[in-house]
Amino acid sequence: MKAAVIIFPGSNRERDVCTALKRASGKDPAIVWHGDTELPAADLIVLPGGFAYGDYLRCGAMAAHSPIMREVKARAAKGTPVLGICNGFQVLTEAGMLPGALLANRTLSFVCRDVYLRVETSQTMFTCGYETGQAIRVPVAHGEGNYTADPATLDRLEGEGRVAFRYCSAEGELTDEGNFNGSARSIAGILNETRTVLGMMPHPENVTDPLLGGTDGQGLFDGIVSALQ
Amino acid sequence: MKGGSNVTPALAAEMGLSAEEFARVESILGRTPNLTELGVFSAMWSEHCSYKSSKVWLKTLPTEGPRVICGPGENAGVVDIGDGDAVVFKIESHNHPSFIEPYQGAATGVGGILRDVFTMGARPIAILNSLRFGSPDHPKTRHLVSGVVAGIGGYGNCVGVPTVGGECQFHPSYNGNILVNAMCVGLARADRIFYSAASGAGNPVIYVGAKTGRDGIHGATMASAEFDDSAAEKRPTVQVGDPFTEKLLIEACLELMAGDAIVAIQDMGAAGLTSSAVEMAGKGGLGIELDLDRVPTRETGMIPYEIMLSESQERMLMVLRPGSEPEARRVFEKWELDFAVIGHVTETGRLILKMHGELAADIPVGPLVTEAPLYNRPTQARLKPAEIDVSALPTRDPLDCLKKLLACPDLASKRWIWERYDHLVMGNTVKRPGGDAAVVRVNDSGKALVLSTDCTPRYVRADPETGGMQAIAESWRNLCAVGATPLALTDNMNFGNPEKPEIMAEFAGAIAGMRAACLALDYPVVSGNVSLYNETSGSAILPTPVIGGVGLIADAAKAVDLALKREGNALILLGATKGHLGASLYLREIEGREDGAPPFVDLAAEKRNGDFVRGLIESELVTACHDISDGGLLVAIAEMAMAGDKGVALEALPAGNAGLFGEDQGRYLIETASPDAILDAAQKAGIPAQRIGTVGGSALTLPSGDAISVPELISINEAWLPAYMAGG
Repeated sequence: MKAAVIIFPGSNRERDVCTALKRASGKDPAIVWHGDTELPAADLIVLPGGFAYGDYLRCGAMAAHSPIMREVKARAAKGTPVLGICNGFQVLTEAGMLPGALLANRTLSFVCRDVYLRVETSQTMFTCGYETGQAIRVPVAHGEGNYTADPATLDRLEGEGRVAFRYCSAEGELTDEGNFNGSARSIAGILNETRTVLGMMPHPENVTDPLLGGTDGQGLFDGIVSALQ
Repeated sequence: MKGGSNVTPALAAEMGLSAEEFARVESILGRTPNLTELGVFSAMWSEHCSYKSSKVWLKTLPTEGPRVICGPGENAGVVDIGDGDAVVFKIESHNHPSFIEPYQGAATGVGGILRDVFTMGARPIAILNSLRFGSPDHPKTRHLVSGVVAGIGGYGNCVGVPTVGGECQFHPSYNGNILVNAMCVGLARADRIFYSAASGAGNPVIYVGAKTGRDGIHGATMASAEFDDSAAEKRPTVQVGDPFTEKLLIEACLELMAGDAIVAIQDMGAAGLTSSAVEMAGKGGLGIELDLDRVPTRETGMIPYEIMLSESQERMLMVLRPGSEPEARRVFEKWELDFAVIGHVTETGRLILKMHGELAADIPVGPLVTEAPLYNRPTQARLKPAEIDVSALPTRDPLDCLKKLLACPDLASKRWIWERYDHLVMGNTVKRPGGDAAVVRVNDSGKALVLSTDCTPRYVRADPETGGMQAIAESWRNLCAVGATPLALTDNMNFGNPEKPEIMAEFAGAIAGMRAACLALDYPVVSGNVSLYNETSGSAILPTPVIGGVGLIADAAKAVDLALKREGNALILLGATKGHLGASLYLREIEGREDGAPPFVDLAAEKRNGDFVRGLIESELVTACHDISDGGLLVAIAEMAMAGDKGVALEALPAGNAGLFGEDQGRYLIETASPDAILDAAQKAGIPAQRIGTVGGSALTLPSGDAISVPELISINEAWLPAYMAGG
């Protein structure tokens, strides 16, 4: 599995995700500059976390119009899987590749800590390394991760099984406390219609090494590699 | 060259130069300076840039060691960590700006210290901080905490460098002068360190980064004066930070540094273009000629004085190898940063500034640097406080006292703060905030850096020499408690007005104590910063020499934290307990008194105990370890219980509240599955050690049978700061 990681000015978690991808696939991902107009051949495209363009204007808004995004959209339309984490998720919504938007956390402050996620479906290439209903512990690090969409869109996402992860308690229960940022229906990650584009706010790439406080994120990367091989 | 007709001793005084200093300027130039020249002298001779009051003392600190590659004097200290790697680090204050404008003051403090580190060719890998605020009851405190924390987070989170540790305390002496000290730690190849000395007459001088505006003009001078009630009027002297530009600047500089284009590089920090140009020329023994028309500006009509004194952020000055301009330009334009050739290195030894075809300044660099005033200011130590009479203190229930202490502002959990900082980005954070020290892995090497910031200002006020010694010892101990070998430190000397003999005595005393401890513990000072005049309306802060410590552990997997791990493990107390309550937190929070002498620091015992603990951790006999500091033994036990969410049955404890809450130094708590092996080894090493309890259950139980549940302790400890910040 060969991945391509897109770097925008202000991306800052590209090393983290490259390390996780390499650990799972054994291959160094290709690094692609946002100003490029051509993407190398890739089995997976990753939009990493960070503050693309300083998050000025609106998180992800300017990055969504970077030259490389035209190519990312074209590849996605042909079926190449795309994973957007944190700022990458914000870019995907701004680019119209995923519905909804990410507002300021309900506390109005940046939050960095471990949270629990419930895997809502294992029937995707991104989540096949987990069991449906499994609770995993993964850190978040964002100020704007409060997912929102109109009720019809939310109903549709749920009806089509396109909610990948929800915030939950350690026991996997959907609680108000577990939904720390106030996301609509506790949504932490969603899929596109073809289930080949995943956007998620938490950082599975930061829990793929027992030395660094957990390995619950490893399942995502292992799952992707096994699905694409 | 004509002098400025409006330049008078009175104007010089407004810029912080004394009559005598102004006379010296005139003597160096052989004439009256013009406005720009006066600004240059005033900034370079400010306390902030010249260290004129502190230098005679600072130079007594030990700065060398077998691993030290570069000590004080450059942008940051550099220490060898083996395998061709070097750690580059420094701490710096942004106290005055943060009081005036907390968000931008703190944010640009982080930005400045990041630049000091990547200027030397290092990728920043960790940020720490040390914060002191006024009384929680003071009307400004909540606003200041909120702004400072948001500023540190706003900058660090965006540039993508994890904020992995720090400290935060409150005391009324900081009501009008908060302390915001930021430390940055970077990683470089030991043979690829970049320095600031210019070389090669004719080499081009390059300006890169953000454009120059009118912000922060004369910030260094403001930072070198006392505040009065008009402090808010100084808001325009606070700079505005842009972490996005800084992130681009980091990437662009490191990309260019991978090649051989750069001869010398210096960030534009305090006193902006003035200090960077003068330092590069001064260190190289050369001159610099700048064409100010070429400096990228974001406002029109800026005069030379403003361009030279602006403290606009995210800017760098470089000397390039001739012919490498196109390559450098390509890199900076890729990162969408300004790039301009603004001058060249000369052999004249003079700083020549030109604008609109006219000479704007002509100053000999040598005298500007070497003839800077240097003061050996008078000292007058305060009387040493008497020891307190412990037997006269009232008898109090220890668990009630414990609850009060865990809820007090200084000991209350700072989770509210560090959860606002991204402490995980870069994927190397082995131990997260909240412990004795943060542990950050050095990429894939398996080794890790261990980092902390420490100071106990109330000890320094009570006895500057003991307090200075204790600050070093506690820093050293925090690194040992994780299993690291302490390598070197950076210091941030925050004091009041040095022109007052009792303040200068605090400074001199603290340095003497620090020196003794650095020597005894093989713990040299490789970088640092001095912040004086921390006074408002004549009232000084507690003397606060903050120590930023850096240690190394060969195997990151062996680092331990303070969380209790397993039922049935033993808890061992190492080090001697005498029950010293003078200047303790117990005395202040429970008895409402701030008197007494600080605890004695036995440097030989400190060294022996720390080396012993490090050996035990290396031998994997230790499952958790915690140094005993503020609040004493019972607080330290409670902190271990809370971190592991496990109870402890205490079997034997030192007598009385003095034994439980005394702050005797050189002590550690160790959780172990092999208590006999440790007690035997301690006996052989001549180190006092006793088993005091057994891990188990969900309560902290005293030998008397009195108990408190650990969840209750956690809720008490976690409650104060969020409730405080939500109030008002």
